[in-house]
Amino acid sequence: MNNIAAQLQQHTITVLVENHPGVLARVAGLFARRGFNIESLAVSVTDRPEISRMTIVVAGDHRVLEQITKQLNKLIEVIKVVDYTETAAVERELALIKVNAEPKDRGEIMQIVEIFRGRIIDMSEKTFIVEVTGGTEKLDKIISLLDAYGIRELVRTGIIAMARGARTATRAGRDTD
Amino acid sequence: MKLSGAQILLECLRREKVTHIFGYPGGAVLPIYDAIFDCKDILHVLVRHEQGAAHMADGFARATGRVGVCLATSGPGATNLVTGLATAQMDSIPMVAITGQVRTAVIGKDAFQEADITGITMPITKHNFLVKRVEDLALAVAEAFHIASTGRPGPVLIDIPLDVSKALMEFDPENDYPERVNIPSYRPAGPHTRIPELQLRKAAQLIAEAQRPVLYVGGGAVASGAQAEVTALAERTNILVTTTLLGKGAIDETHPLSMGMLGMHGTAYANHAVNQSDLLIAVGARFDDRVTGDVSRFATGARIIHIDIDPAEIGKVVPADVPIVGDVKTILTELLKYVQPRPATAWNDTIMEWKRRFPLVYPRDGKLYAEYVIEQISEVFDHDCIMTTDVGQHQMWAAQYFKCRRPRQWITSGGLGTMGYGLPAAIGAQFACPDKRVVCLSGDGSFQMMTQELMTATVYGLPIVTVIINNKSLGMVRQWQEMFYAERYSAVDLEASPDFVKLAEAYGGIGMRIDRPEQVRDALTQAKEVRDRPVVIDCIIPTSENVYPMIPSGQSIEEMMIRKDLEQLKADVHADGSDWSFADQEKILEHYVEVMHNRE
Repeated sequence: MNNIAAQLQQHTITVLVENHPGVLARVAGLFARRGFNIESLAVSVTDRPEISRMTIVVAGDHRVLEQITKQLNKLIEVIKVVDYTETAAVERELALIKVNAEPKDRGEIMQIVEIFRGRIIDMSEKTFIVEVTGGTEKLDKIISLLDAYGIRELVRTGIIAMARGARTATRAGRDTD
Repeated sequence: MKLSGAQILLECLRREKVTHIFGYPGGAVLPIYDAIFDCKDILHVLVRHEQGAAHMADGFARATGRVGVCLATSGPGATNLVTGLATAQMDSIPMVAITGQVRTAVIGKDAFQEADITGITMPITKHNFLVKRVEDLALAVAEAFHIASTGRPGPVLIDIPLDVSKALMEFDPENDYPERVNIPSYRPAGPHTRIPELQLRKAAQLIAEAQRPVLYVGGGAVASGAQAEVTALAERTNILVTTTLLGKGAIDETHPLSMGMLGMHGTAYANHAVNQSDLLIAVGARFDDRVTGDVSRFATGARIIHIDIDPAEIGKVVPADVPIVGDVKTILTELLKYVQPRPATAWNDTIMEWKRRFPLVYPRDGKLYAEYVIEQISEVFDHDCIMTTDVGQHQMWAAQYFKCRRPRQWITSGGLGTMGYGLPAAIGAQFACPDKRVVCLSGDGSFQMMTQELMTATVYGLPIVTVIINNKSLGMVRQWQEMFYAERYSAVDLEASPDFVKLAEAYGGIGMRIDRPEQVRDALTQAKEVRDRPVVIDCIIPTSENVYPMIPSGQSIEEMMIRKDLEQLKADVHADGSDWSFADQEKILEHYVEVMHNRE
């Protein structure tokens, strides 16, 4: 499974859509019925309330990505699809990790969290909730380190991305893809 | 003036110049039917099953190129449209389907006759709308027609809750209907899309360099109305043309440069030509699996010029060397400015030789065969008739033997392969073209899927001639079981069927039954004379007949199966000289040779 995943390049694409009811179902349905895999998906409104922004991480070669892009563009409510794979872009993800924290382990865990510039945002007799943001690799790393103490619960937002520099996806119109 | 949502809907349909609505009433569309009661300028056609309404709207659209309209109530009415919408979506047919929905207040509460039809039809429509406020209705209708008919056409569904069609609002049809819609996120290619000169030059260059070019023309050429341009390109370059099932009619099939259909049941010569070509000019075609078989062994030596209005088709199945996105007619018109005349070459002779070696032939042993019936339909009904088909062996025989002279003369469910499509599509086509004769070629299986629409044809006095190719079995499935499942005939026996003659009579039509070739002409001639009611001709053919040639699913031309008795049949045909298609092919050949010599 990992082997196959390793062979397929991961692409982070941003999809700007009309903020209509059902538009998420249209996009998700398209991926499902055309056999494209979603690795992660994050959706929210933008600075323009009529537009929503989806950041989708997909696995596939360039032909698959080309089809995904073209098929997405065929959806009436899709305004624009931007592929950040070749672009200098900032990619971030947020994770909340509920980890076992026995008194004897607390110091070590706090050190790990410190190194990864995370925060402990909740504490009980036996657990911490750790909040950490970063790229996918950074989160994978801290998760594997904390796993040694026993992770009870884990939630990740999926990647959101933004191009570096002055260029924008939402404001520049339809000419920057 | 205050109008109800239902009245506004009808005003909008008027503004879209809708002439026919194919529909079936129910609780959630009562206000719409109440408005239809007062509507004198749009004919509402009462069908017998909503699926029939969808296929009629589709047949209407295919016969004219205009948007077909159907109407159904919520829940089961709406779900009955589903097969018709999927059929239209697969073949890119412009349609608007209007469904009633339960009151907005009870949507999502599992109300009586509630179905999430926008959710259900999302993957099988080009787009759909759930109109929750009467204020949004007119714009939704305008956008629906715009989306259905522009770019790559397709079906659009508008779901209207009961309270929305009842609600009143100020509406002035003259001023309040948005004649032009602007959807920022929808900018399809169209006739005005500028075609990059570079691509046209590259394409012209490839055509000039090619030794073994073939034109491969699909439904996009029909949708775009590009018959003249396809023919002009073929004639200027002497490139032979093969069409897909939906491309039939994009060039006159009696033209010397026509090779008929390609693909699984295409002519052997068209398939040989495509597979050995060094340049494939794909025009409004999408490299469907029934065309390519095993893609990795399909036309491996060919460079590809891919012309299509839908950018997503470029590179979907095969990579294109020169992609050109836009309206087919516009592109070909532009391309003709760059393409130099090109003489017929040895390649043309090679294909002619294949035509001679692998003609379409069938036995002349005194039994009745579908191929003969289809040829006689071509003869008895003039070349202007419209043929619709159902799905199965009869459809493939018709694709091979019915020679289309013009686009929109051939109406068939290609992509989805919908049994039951033929009769309602014929009804839609007949309403669209009242002056033309419409023949529905069906099978004993397919006919039983939409038989009830005979009543619709009777009520409206439509003289549709349904020819049932009756082999007392589900012939295409039987053929596959014979060839690939060791003759284990599972669930294909239709020996137990109704008496189609009596059935036609029960529905108020005329029924006939024939089982010998000498009866065919008389039966068709009699049927042609009927002007006020449907006719059903039940043609009994041998159960064991198969469609040839055949390239088995997922394989290539190397595995093509041709008639084992081909040589014998060719000899028989030469001996009696009566074969219409064969004689015709010889005649075409002579004409072709003459034309070529004159050009040289």
